[in-house]
Amino acid sequence: MSPRRLFHAARPGEELLIRGAHVLDPRTDLDGAHDILIRNGRIAELGEPGGLSASDQIDIVDAAGKHVFPGFVDPHVHLRTPGQEYKEDLDSGTASAAAGGYCAVVAMPNTTPTVDGAAVLGSLIERAQREARVPVGFLASVTRGLAGEELTEMAELRDLGAIGFTDDGKPVVSAGMLRKALQYQRLCGGIVALHEEDPALSADGVMHEGAVSARLGLAGIPSISESTMIARDSALALYEDARVHFQHLSAVESVQALAAAKEAGARVSGEASPHHLTLTHDMVRTLDSRFKMNPPLRSEADREALVEGLRSGVIECVATDHAPHAVHEKEVPFEQAPMGTTGLETAFAALYTELVLPGELDLAILIERMTAGAGLYDLPTPRIAIGEEANLCLVDLDATWEVGADGYVSRSSNSCFDGRTLQGRVMVTLAAGAVVYRRPMPVRSDHAGSGAAAGRNEGR
Amino acid sequence: MSSTRIPRHLISIDDLDRSGIEQVLDRAESFAEVSGREIKKVPALRGRTIVNLFYEASTRTSSSFELAAKRLSADVVNIRSAGSSVDKGESLKDTVQTMSAYDPAAIVIRSPHAGAAQLVAGWTDAAVVNAGDGKHEHPTQALLDVFTLRRRFGSLDRLNIWIVGDVSHSRVARSNILAFTRMGADVTVSGPPTLLPRQIEALGCAATPTLERIEEADVIYVLRMQHERMQQSFVPTLREYASRYQINDKRLRPDQLVMHPGPVNRGVELSAATIDSPQALIGEQVKAGVAVRMAVLYELLVGSPVLQAVA
Repeated sequence: MSPRRLFHAARPGEELLIRGAHVLDPRTDLDGAHDILIRNGRIAELGEPGGLSASDQIDIVDAAGKHVFPGFVDPHVHLRTPGQEYKEDLDSGTASAAAGGYCAVVAMPNTTPTVDGAAVLGSLIERAQREARVPVGFLASVTRGLAGEELTEMAELRDLGAIGFTDDGKPVVSAGMLRKALQYQRLCGGIVALHEEDPALSADGVMHEGAVSARLGLAGIPSISESTMIARDSALALYEDARVHFQHLSAVESVQALAAAKEAGARVSGEASPHHLTLTHDMVRTLDSRFKMNPPLRSEADREALVEGLRSGVIECVATDHAPHAVHEKEVPFEQAPMGTTGLETAFAALYTELVLPGELDLAILIERMTAGAGLYDLPTPRIAIGEEANLCLVDLDATWEVGADGYVSRSSNSCFDGRTLQGRVMVTLAAGAVVYRRPMPVRSDHAGSGAAAGRNEGR
Repeated sequence: MSSTRIPRHLISIDDLDRSGIEQVLDRAESFAEVSGREIKKVPALRGRTIVNLFYEASTRTSSSFELAAKRLSADVVNIRSAGSSVDKGESLKDTVQTMSAYDPAAIVIRSPHAGAAQLVAGWTDAAVVNAGDGKHEHPTQALLDVFTLRRRFGSLDRLNIWIVGDVSHSRVARSNILAFTRMGADVTVSGPPTLLPRQIEALGCAATPTLERIEEADVIYVLRMQHERMQQSFVPTLREYASRYQINDKRLRPDQLVMHPGPVNRGVELSAATIDSPQALIGEQVKAGVAVRMAVLYELLVGSPVLQAVA
């Protein structure tokens, strides 16, 4: 019996009727208008629009013209607890996730202190069971203190509930150290997720090496600093028959290296972020530190390769790399600013607006890729089917909104999409059977029940 | 002449189109005349305050900005990072907001970080002049270099200018590529391949790793070779660098002119004889610095009508 890997504050199972939404779940072949009746937090009935009725006092959401998708799963977020709660914490970070339609997130271990031992992981799990609004899983670090020198007690961390291991924020520079971790994986299981960057090549770089860095006089991070490490670690994964996941791919060479590794039979997978899929290094011309992240925004050719990789499935999933930073930390010259952008509240809308609407990506593929992180990390994949726990989001695909105009649910506001007008807005999110987010919806006088439902705002 | 082409701040050469550059240079000509007088002062900025905020060591730029402001009769406050509250960890934003309480007309800033001047412009009502931000830009250096060349040649149109040396780490190179090409010159950058940024051609110049075609140049603009580049293995030794890239009698045609932003490493990027030869415009560049910086401050803070304050 394996231990639990996702943790959240207990909530009573929801009683809810979602009426008339267009339900789209590529895994259960749903693509049409349905009523969804949720009883005690589980999907009890799926029926023709208007076909289901609730016999007793139950919330009814009038969702005609809206879409219901399986809840999104983010395999890569920074919730900053413990140690940097001024940027984000379990409560604010999972509230931000809920506002973005997410029903599960996986937190990275590069906190202060690092999640590199049972004591830190144990206290995090305990806090998550009190504070987390959506289920949270934790990766522990591969090496103690992310120093790249000694392995963590991986077996004990796995027994306690770690999903897997990563030194995210840093690469595992030593091939020998990574090889030992991959060997040890045979004992303890758990995915090894890698931030790929050769520090000898990225050096003191702060943005993509190319025409824009040449213009700005900023030190560049060449795309090959990522792809050479993916090639190296794919060879290690193949040799040790290990399960490895490559985080936040950013470059065309990286997509090629991942495809080649899969072709060779390595058990490897990859993720891409909404910002790398929609923005390029041209944004850095503004020298606005909101566009400083690691890996950096790269060229249009890189962006197109990532989109094609996501479309074809070479890149299996979308991951936000939600990386909150305080205003005063980002309000400094570009070179001095910390790397990272928030992403949970904008992920779907950014990808829908920039990829689906212009025809670069099918909506159904996007939904599959925004939920596929669960399967890659051996977590239950949200499905819209009778008997399943309610993990879903209700989205208004026609709603346009200006990012940041109403503030952010996250404690931090360093969104690279700040000020952009995006289309597609999450209205309601259910995670682990409970409503965890609800935007106020316009009251329609001809539908009793919707007004009452709108009054209960579970989000923040 | 109108001042409509002059922006509120001077952060980048991109803030000025060709006629804007010409407007500043025309103004600088009149201030150069003032600098030739015995009393080198005009009352244009009397009663106004200019803050010089220097976060990086500087001799030429800081002294010429100070002198420019004083010759325009402004009150000048000089702040250097050493010994100031910057040393005590005060953020750039807090320092700028503190200085802004004195209601300065302009803030001149030199910073080791790209984008610093632009950030400052967002935090103050003062006009902001970029006196060098990291390896990004140094627009007043480019203006004084264009000024020097315009005086010599009348126009930069079709002038063939080579910029030689450590282009990667040079804000002077970036501002000058933009300014020279905007004024009609053809620009080629040359230097060790390790010190030529990938895709530098996107700035509108040609790039080559050798001096084989240096005889094509009308003007050779030589960049400073910094000693720390050797420790970082950008070039193996100064000796090898000098053997391939030093501008000296052997490489120089008699009618080619040589420029350098200073400070020069004698015997490295330039031979001692070349520095002291009549082909070198280095002294003229320094002299132009004060007049051009007076013109920049004047155009940003006063603007047209022409020469009213000078005459």
